[in-house]
Amino acid sequence: MAFKDEEQAKAYWAENLALLFKLLAIWFVVSFGFGILLVDVLNEIRFFGFKLGFWFSQQGAIYTFVALIFVYVFKMNTLDKKYGVDE
Amino acid sequence: MDVQTLTFIIVGLSFALYIGIAIWARAGSTNEFYVAGGGVPPLANGMATAADWMSAASFISMAGIISFAGYDGGVYLMGWTGGYVLLALCLAPYLRKFGKFTVPDFIGDRYYSQAARVVAILCAIFICFTYIAGQMRGVGVVFSRFLEVDIETGVYIGMVIVFFYAVLGGMKGITYTQVAQYCVLVFAYLVPAIFISMMMTGHFFPQTGFGATLSDGSGQFVLDKLDGLSTELGFAQYTEGSKSMIDVFAITGALMVGTAGLPHVIVRFFTVPRVKDTRISAAWTLVFIAIVYTTAPAVASFARVNMIDTINGKDGSGTEYAEAPAWVKNWERTGLITFNDKNGDGKMFYSAGKIDDPNSANEVKVDRDIMVLANPEIADLPAWVVALVAAGGIAAALSTTAGLLLVISTSVSHDLLKRTLKPDISDKQELLAARLAAMIAIVISAYFGINPPGFVASVVAFAFGLAAASFFPAIIMGIFSKKMNKEGAIAGMVTGITFTAAYIIYFKFVSPELNAPAHWLFGISPEGIGLVGMIVNFVVAGIVLKLTAETPVEIQEMVEGIRNPKGSSAAHAH
Repeated sequence: MAFKDEEQAKAYWAENLALLFKLLAIWFVVSFGFGILLVDVLNEIRFFGFKLGFWFSQQGAIYTFVALIFVYVFKMNTLDKKYGVDE
Repeated sequence: MDVQTLTFIIVGLSFALYIGIAIWARAGSTNEFYVAGGGVPPLANGMATAADWMSAASFISMAGIISFAGYDGGVYLMGWTGGYVLLALCLAPYLRKFGKFTVPDFIGDRYYSQAARVVAILCAIFICFTYIAGQMRGVGVVFSRFLEVDIETGVYIGMVIVFFYAVLGGMKGITYTQVAQYCVLVFAYLVPAIFISMMMTGHFFPQTGFGATLSDGSGQFVLDKLDGLSTELGFAQYTEGSKSMIDVFAITGALMVGTAGLPHVIVRFFTVPRVKDTRISAAWTLVFIAIVYTTAPAVASFARVNMIDTINGKDGSGTEYAEAPAWVKNWERTGLITFNDKNGDGKMFYSAGKIDDPNSANEVKVDRDIMVLANPEIADLPAWVVALVAAGGIAAALSTTAGLLLVISTSVSHDLLKRTLKPDISDKQELLAARLAAMIAIVISAYFGINPPGFVASVVAFAFGLAAASFFPAIIMGIFSKKMNKEGAIAGMVTGITFTAAYIIYFKFVSPELNAPAHWLFGISPEGIGLVGMIVNFVVAGIVLKLTAETPVEIQEMVEGIRNPKGSSAAHAH
């Protein structure tokens, strides 16, 4: 077995969920939040030639998504090492 | 050299490359046929997955849809890439650790139920067929325009090529062929986009170009010009759109959860050796997808400005039809552009409204599917760029078709035959069954490519809704809840599917005349109802869980196991 005991397995899973929750919160805010719910407010702001809400919907959300997945990969690899379940 | 000769050469070269790779990587055993022996490096797997993911719809149609819908088109950009994030974070690593070939395998084992497995198999096959029909059609459209053959011949040629590398090559052939296809399609997408961005704004990157000022000396921002033109011609503002907020929200949500459950993309993550590799390969995939997806809205804006300027003329009073550029005439022949000179002045004029409506000034109907293919011609780019785009469109359609065919053949030979009907089938027979299933699937999909059902778009909405309301909640609960039992999962899937299907069938097929915001539930269109279906699924599953027996201990231990990233079985283990 990879984990030392059940406590370790539980702690690993709890940290995993906490990370997921944080990343999905950002995921929600940039797409559903900035790109849809707050779009009218953000469209008042100019970002180069874009209205900001429009930019989030067609560009910004996607860049954030890419960053999110790389953060996830990095953090999960660190977490695996911490609990000795890396390969 | 003319466009047609160049198209022959470039498409021919790309085909030679794909077939060569398929022969070089010919699969020897069942395991290799399905998952390439678990030995594909993450970066290559990322590219292949991106090619698998980006269909003819992404390549040919998406920028066109955004071009006509403006802000509303963002639902596809956010929906498809955002769904990918869900897949990478919540599904892929765990399904890889689980270590079986297919999604129905997971549903069947996790919910210890053949009934659940069969429901999942049927959903997977239905979703794949829906997609394939559109892909084969896409191949046909590209061929018929650029090679000037009829659409049937186009579909037949595509059929033969797909047969070669999917059926003979198996997954390993597909993986490396798809790497090549990704390279072709991304090159074909970026070259015209960069050309046009440089010409119109002086920006090398289209992503910044469409937020810059036009280099025609007016000093106007591209999007401001577009908003101005849209308002002037009677459309909604380009950057504002016309859908209600709740509908945009629901459609984005349904597309996200729907795409996260796509079986042909999930299976791709079983081809890397470790859970760790699954994570990084998912990350690379999104990079490769994002390159195209951030370019698409730029292409959309440029194409829209160019199209309006060409048809209505720089002064906005219309262009003489007799002096119309070649692309108008070329596409008119395919029936995808129609000109109706209502006021008889011999000039073309484009605006809001239907071309046969006497109250509207609009005289030109442009099919949105031609925007990407016609874009290089509209911008007057060299002939080799036009030919390259044709090769890219075909690469996109073929790569997705091959991935989908593989899921269909796996579902039949592995899930249905080996795991359900005939468990004692030999390895060799299983491989034969897989190849036969792929062959039959190609023939059926070619039939749909030649005789497309009149409601392709409606059926696609159907597939996303179904995946969102069935697969996604079942898989999520299977991983994140140890307690969820088979009664809860099956009840959830059945009610979710039934609700979503009933809503779509009612508005799309039974009473299409009622399909308007005033009649929709909470103002949500049939395209977005899958999100509500997903919530129904979760709620019903939760209630049934409270009323029925607990999940067996060994299943709870299995869920423990998939949460631990260490010790994945080799990708081919049963």
